[in-house]
Amino acid sequence: MRKTIFIIAALVFGGLMLGALDSIHPFGEPGNVPMDEYFLHHALEDRSSENVVTSIVFDYRGFDTIGEAAVLFTAVCSVLALFREGAKK
Amino acid sequence: MKPLSIVVRTCCDMFAWFMVVFGSYVIIHGDVTPGGGFQGGAIVATFMALLLVAYGGEKVLSWVKFSFYNGLLIVGLLLFLLFGFSGMANSFFYNFLAVPEAVALAGGAHGIIPPSGTIALMDIAVGIEVTGGLTLILLYMFKGTRMFNLIEMGGETGHDSR
Repeated sequence: MRKTIFIIAALVFGGLMLGALDSIHPFGEPGNVPMDEYFLHHALEDRSSENVVTSIVFDYRGFDTIGEAAVLFTAVCSVLALFREGAKK
Repeated sequence: MKPLSIVVRTCCDMFAWFMVVFGSYVIIHGDVTPGGGFQGGAIVATFMALLLVAYGGEKVLSWVKFSFYNGLLIVGLLLFLLFGFSGMANSFFYNFLAVPEAVALAGGAHGIIPPSGTIALMDIAVGIEVTGGLTLILLYMFKGTRMFNLIEMGGETGHDSR
């Protein structure tokens, strides 16, 4: 019984996935071209940073990088909570 | 874990300090060469991984200061937020120190700060944070898993004692 339900669900969701593949845009044609063009042509002139990836990470998308730094901080906190010593008697 | 042979220890001695120098280079030149704070910090954290492999936990953990790496983590995060807030006159995370490329090439850059402004400074801040954070993760996981029997466990903390 569970096997039949599983097979039906797999077929339905697999079909939906294959149907959705039809509507993604083709390879090599990105969706938001004006933004890419702006970064490629203005990042070096505005910020004089040769590494455009870094200038996007720390300047244009600086607010996201706070989240990235917070993720690392949270990871350290959770590792500390898992692996710290027990209370000394 | 016992220390490994003298060949491994000598190699790890050399490469551990090489990793610190190379990682610092990647962090400091994050705005002009491939790399940046996150990648460079991970390279610097390799220092502790090599030492733990070569010398074993007992020797390294008695030598290392956890509070130092804790301080690196906190100082890096606070510096990063400070640089973010210092552009607040315009907007959050505004790059108020950046000099346009044409001005910088004509000699208009200011002194010791790179022309990319807060990009380079935030790179260094995030590099400090990632160095401290990854090293702390390494040390705590090594201590908790490989040296489990050596820790005097007094039971789980934070619960009722009954």
